[in-house]
Amino acid sequence: MTEPLLDVRDLRVEFSLARGTLRAVDGASFSVAPGEALGIVGESGSGKTMALRALVGLLPRTAKLAGGTVLFDGVDLAAANEDTLREIRGGSIAMVFQEPMTALNPVMKVGDQIAEGPLVRLGLGRRAARKRSLELMQLVGIPDPARRADAYPHELSGGLRQRVMIAIALSGEPKLLLCDEPTTALDVTIQDQILTLLSSLRERLQVSVVFVSHDLAVIAQTCQHVAVMYAGQVVEAGPVDTVFREPRHPYTLSLLRSVPDVDATRETLLTIPGSPPDLAEPPPGCRFHPRCPFVQLDCVHGEFPLRMLGGGRTTACIHHEACAADARRQPVVADA
Amino acid sequence: MSAVAVSVAEAPLVSERRGFRQRWYRTPSFVAGASILGVIVLLAILAPLVTWHDPIQQDLVTILQGPSWSHPLGTDDLGRDIWARLVYSARTDLRIAFLAVVFPFIIGTLAGLVAGYFGGRTDTIANWLVSVVVAFPFYVLIIALVFALGPGTRNIYIAITIVGWVSYARIVRGEVLVQKRQEYVLAARAAGLSNTRIMVRHLLPNVITQAIVFSMSDIVLVILAIVTLGYLGLGVQPPTPDWGRMIADGQTYLTTNWELATIPGIAIVITALGLSLLADGLADLLRPE
Repeated sequence: MTEPLLDVRDLRVEFSLARGTLRAVDGASFSVAPGEALGIVGESGSGKTMALRALVGLLPRTAKLAGGTVLFDGVDLAAANEDTLREIRGGSIAMVFQEPMTALNPVMKVGDQIAEGPLVRLGLGRRAARKRSLELMQLVGIPDPARRADAYPHELSGGLRQRVMIAIALSGEPKLLLCDEPTTALDVTIQDQILTLLSSLRERLQVSVVFVSHDLAVIAQTCQHVAVMYAGQVVEAGPVDTVFREPRHPYTLSLLRSVPDVDATRETLLTIPGSPPDLAEPPPGCRFHPRCPFVQLDCVHGEFPLRMLGGGRTTACIHHEACAADARRQPVVADA
Repeated sequence: MSAVAVSVAEAPLVSERRGFRQRWYRTPSFVAGASILGVIVLLAILAPLVTWHDPIQQDLVTILQGPSWSHPLGTDDLGRDIWARLVYSARTDLRIAFLAVVFPFIIGTLAGLVAGYFGGRTDTIANWLVSVVVAFPFYVLIIALVFALGPGTRNIYIAITIVGWVSYARIVRGEVLVQKRQEYVLAARAAGLSNTRIMVRHLLPNVITQAIVFSMSDIVLVILAIVTLGYLGLGVQPPTPDWGRMIADGQTYLTTNWELATIPGIAIVITALGLSLLADGLADLLRPE
């Protein structure tokens, strides 16, 4: 078992509100091996975006990192000072955002934006930075880079803009890419192109990826491992194939079941009853228990940390056997 | 070529809005303003070529003359050619106005940028300073300052800068507060760029258009301030020609030679009109579609 590149333990992010403390991330743990893609899946409000931003200290002003360790390449980022973090951001750890239209500076040419990293961080001269920028554009599959480099973001299509963002991320030669729903804003065909690009880059450059998404299909296609987040906690993790084929947490199972299947049409959509909890006052015991189809009396009290199962899997559910049995009875995934 | 490669190769350079270059001549206010101002500025620059009398040369034999071939607008009470004084005043007043806008622009923009970006105590201090200045009416404060500092061009710059920076600071700070929440600023931070780099290279180009648009309106106010100071004897000192001074000088002759005071007044109005139209046009053009 190789040493993980990123090892996050018990991450906590808190917002101080007037009515109390909102724990957006409340004890999340996950890890990424070198050259591997980890998907973090969860619905809106699960804490996945905050967890990602907390890794490099980019939380909004109103939030704070309230605990946990973020071991990256031997350094605990949670305890690092701003200068160390700024050195790492854009360098060994880079971020790719969801909306390429808003994440690119609208009044700066894309070639200049890609060249900015090498220019400022690596100290390259203007011509060398420009050359590097064109190389990166070629690497991410932007055709006719010389012409496109002088374009402004609004002159490019969504797919090209996202490629530009990926090029910017790669400009610092990162070991880890943090992607926050990078394909959510794109249409499906372009989405496929970008995911293929990310996979090939991951293999060629041996860069690790943390891929946050609410889209299970995207995670299944792109990642080797998955961590499922609910209400600020990781409730299940493991290799994506086994987790999706035989989920061992009711939330994962419900998520998988709620995805409409083209081959098995239904008349009504399956949903998870209820709604996500108020993170300022989460339910006692297991946070999912009010909505859980397998709930029992012992789910209502106590703490439910992740426990190890075989095969590199973990789950927070103490009734995971019942859950797995149900998944086997009514398989969600036809083939994995 | 696979279908995927074809679609990427053909992805067009989608231009979603016409740039400034294509639109400026279709904006009537901009064209009108630029034309009027263009003519005035051109005359001011070419002053020695379009006038044939020295504006400060007195000729006590030919005072208060009406229009003639030698003096197209006549002469004033000291025999000075009105046309020459008019054109040279344009030179003086426009030059002072331009500089008196540039200094507050620079100081105010920097202050707004820093206060908006860092927030916290820096912002509180800046806001307090702004409130203090804004509490006073613009012209009253300027006149009071020049009165206290003494007349003269240098003190005009000082007074107008002290009073004028606040508008730019407020505008830029407001824009910065909006822009710094945009994702590209977060992306710049995620790329490990320094605060200075983010402020100068990313925020500034995105917030400065509003300041530029305002500067066009500001220059109107500033010209009026300069002319007012000149009228009150606090501004540009004689013998340097100045429209305000011309009006003050001509005041005594309002009943007999009304043109002495009225002509410079008309010149001021036309200049202000040109600048206002230009400001309107520029605001239209710079507004993101």
